Amino acid sequence: MSETGTVSGQELFERIRAIVVEKLGVTADVVTLEASFQEDLGADSLDTVELVMAVEEAFDLQIPDEAAEGLTTVAAVVSYVEANKA
Amino acid sequence: MNQEQPVALVTGAGRGIGKAVALAFAEAGYTVAVNYGRSAEAAAEVVGAIVAGGGVARAFGADVADPAQVDSLFTEVLAWSGQRLDVLVNNAGITRDGLALRLTNEAWDEVIDTNLKGAFLCARSAVKPMMKRRSGCILNMSSVVGLDGQAGQANYAASKAGLVGLTMALAKELGSRNIRVNAIAPGFIVSDMTEALDQAVRDALLQRLPLSRFGDPAEVADLCVFLATRAPYVTGQVIRVDGGLHL
Repeated sequence: MSETGTVSGQELFERIRAIVVEKLGVTADVVTLEASFQEDLGADSLDTVELVMAVEEAFDLQIPDEAAEGLTTVAAVVSYVEANKA
Repeated sequence: MNQEQPVALVTGAGRGIGKAVALAFAEAGYTVAVNYGRSAEAAAEVVGAIVAGGGVARAFGADVADPAQVDSLFTEVLAWSGQRLDVLVNNAGITRDGLALRLTNEAWDEVIDTNLKGAFLCARSAVKPMMKRRSGCILNMSSVVGLDGQAGQANYAASKAGLVGLTMALAKELGSRNIRVNAIAPGFIVSDMTEALDQAVRDALLQRLPLSRFGDPAEVADLCVFLATRAPYVTGQVIRVDGGLHL
């Protein structure tokens, strides 16, 4: 997992948290790094697809399906975006 | 553009049933994107008729069998509509008839690509704006031929049966987002094709029809508008508009 204590890491986490809050209709406090979309945040499979699409749009990324399948937690998304953003 | 007004995209809307569907949605107060593949002039006439009646419409050329053209189509339509799409009518369709023994690979592929793959490509693109709004209606123009089969139309029948499966799968996938997906199966509808039939064939067909007449494209269009506007609890259905042909 990537280092998220840095300023940019924290900013990234906040942006992704905002997307998760909007897409899943949850409160910000439950969107921790460790949270699993399906197990902790009540997402169904369609929600996770929507989430991936929203992240792609927000960060101007194309996330391949194989990578998207691994993005099951908030931390995984933060790491992925950190490693792949332009 | 007035975003209060709902938006419908009808593929293959230059002629026949598609034209009637576009006109009916305009009549019902929808802003209408009139897609055409080759019938540019006919599509312009449909747009002209809608605008003359006080409605809002624009023609968009795109071959639905081509993924790149479908991408551009949706980019253009959504830019025009303010990212709103309430109804997609997958109507674009072609025939390349022939007995199965003599049916070429090309005739098979062309029909499946336009009628079935085209509908999937358009539905995939339409779902994004519909999911955002948590609302949408997709109508797939199947055919009685897709349910009952027809000699000389193996490719067309398979494509129209494929639309039924697509309809059911999408209805299950998208129901939780309040996106409803239904199919319509017209029977013999008055068209250039039925007009071209010789009298003996016409008479034989009419004898099989309990309602003793061919259908009017507007009668198919009215069902489309009904499914979009008055049937919020109907999804995953195939509705025949066939004058009782199957009885």
